Amino acid sequence: MGVKVEHLRFSYDEKVNVLKDISFRADSGDVLAVLGPNGVGKSTLFQCLLGFLRPSEGTVELEGRDVQHMTNSERAKAIAYIPQSAAPVFNYTVLDIVTMGMTGQMRMFESPGPEHRERAMETLRSLGMDHLAHRGCNQISGGERQLMLLARALVQDAKILLMDEPTANLDYGNSYRVMERICTLGSRGFTVIFSSHEPGHALRYADRVLALLDGTVLAEGTPAEVLTEEALTRLYGIPVAVREVDVNGTGFPVSVPYRDE
Amino acid sequence: MQDTRSPDLDGIRAEEPAGRRFGSISGDVSGEGRYALRFLILIILFVLVFFGSFVLGRYSVSVSELFRILSKGPFLHSGDIQDAVVWNIRMPRILCAMLVGAALSTAGASYQGMFRNPMVSPDLLGASTGAGFGAAMAILLSLGYVGIMVCAFSFGLLAVFLAYMVSRMSRLESTLSMVLSGVMISSLFSACTSFVKLVADTEDQLPAITYWLMGSLTSVKNVDAIFAFVPIIIGLIPILLLRWRINLLTVSEAEAKAMGLNTEQLRLIVIICATLITSASVAVSGMIGWVGLVIPHFCRLIYGYDYRRLVPASILMGATFLMIVDDVSRCITTSEIPLGILTSFIGAPVFIYLILTGGEDRGR
Repeated sequence: MGVKVEHLRFSYDEKVNVLKDISFRADSGDVLAVLGPNGVGKSTLFQCLLGFLRPSEGTVELEGRDVQHMTNSERAKAIAYIPQSAAPVFNYTVLDIVTMGMTGQMRMFESPGPEHRERAMETLRSLGMDHLAHRGCNQISGGERQLMLLARALVQDAKILLMDEPTANLDYGNSYRVMERICTLGSRGFTVIFSSHEPGHALRYADRVLALLDGTVLAEGTPAEVLTEEALTRLYGIPVAVREVDVNGTGFPVSVPYRDE
Repeated sequence: MQDTRSPDLDGIRAEEPAGRRFGSISGDVSGEGRYALRFLILIILFVLVFFGSFVLGRYSVSVSELFRILSKGPFLHSGDIQDAVVWNIRMPRILCAMLVGAALSTAGASYQGMFRNPMVSPDLLGASTGAGFGAAMAILLSLGYVGIMVCAFSFGLLAVFLAYMVSRMSRLESTLSMVLSGVMISSLFSACTSFVKLVADTEDQLPAITYWLMGSLTSVKNVDAIFAFVPIIIGLIPILLLRWRINLLTVSEAEAKAMGLNTEQLRLIVIICATLITSASVAVSGMIGWVGLVIPHFCRLIYGYDYRRLVPASILMGATFLMIVDDVSRCITTSEIPLGILTSFIGAPVFIYLILTGGEDRGR
């Protein structure tokens, strides 16, 4: 099932199309990386996937259903969203934030009960975060905060996870740790779609890559097919070399921008 | 019921606590149980202040006399002066202080969550200034006591309706446009009130308007308590029922929507309810500032950020606070000090302290 996007067009002012005829699919178990320079329409595409923006043309299907025909709670059961970062105005506990992910499963006037909190704790435990459950969400590190958002998305019970630059505000080590966890989600049956400005993440962690340029699909396929030196150079407007680095007998593809002498 | 085992996540379990790996800040806090005791203390304080307020005042009523009079009920007056003091003077006043305090602090907590801003107060959308103008105009037109209340209430709602309509027509982001249009409408009604004061009779009307705008419960009657009770309860019930969902309004719009929340619908309900209770409060008591700003801050300090606890805590603490302020108002001087002045004297320094110490996370 997963996500199926067909001939998607979107414009904010009915004059300039931000998205022009985008088509792709991500099946259950796929980890799809969305790459493209700033302003290419990644955020707009994500808003269309979440059903917040109505496409001018084309369709977005989540688990076989048109997202525009789904109610808020139906959408929440199909797709969970993980923003770039969370800096809540109020210093809720980590457990409170994770429990919020279950709101779509509750009735209008229902509040979370012990069973919801236990489930949130179980999810935090599975991420090795349970000891932070009662800590203020503004008192934990950036990496922990990103895992907290992941936990919140996981308790939502959606099989599609949409992540907007999940490592954008993280240091080198935390980026690695968060991406390591994200890539295991695909093998557990989740459909993971993440955007990134780091081609190395797509090369290493994604099963498929969607490269966007000027609101259209430049290329779609496996990382090896899509992330060629030519494609990356065209995508970012700088010369990029793609090499394989051997570490303890395992080859890791890396991309390196360089100055064109 | 959901399966709590989360089998899908076995493969991403951390090998060691993430706190060590991510270098987190130490100092964990305990769980939920500690809040029960804090609520019990607040409830006891509320009950003590409620009954204590009957005893305090220039006309002395002992505790035993108080319970004797209260046990007789409101309709069996013996003609005794103490009965009249308790049932006709202090009862409406205490009830109004309780209702107004609860209403303003709950409205403040709701607005703060909805606008994701802890510095927001109930008069942000113009409810207080609109109601203030309505009352000033009613005094100018000599419409009498009921007229003042009806005008205050109507113009409070009108101000928020105008702010809401302007923000709907704006192209700005919804929260920002709502705040900006609220400030603008508030300023407009403030100017209108100044104009009313300018043309008012300086012998009678101007002092009456000025005194009313300072906020006071000096002349409230039992009918005022009923007038305040109905809209305040109508506004409080949906906020109480939806208090968990108000938590989700404090995160970004995209996150809240993605979690299945109908943000537009919830925001509209909260605006209507918070405005209703603010207008009803202003209609009865005049403009009493700071309660809606400071009390939610204190409640967060003691009861945490979760609106499931914050709303009931704001109701109880706001009611208790305003009953105490009203007791002080009628006890410290022979001529009563308007409540708005006292709440400003207390609220402003406390708020400065909170800002300087970053108080919200201390002691939690």
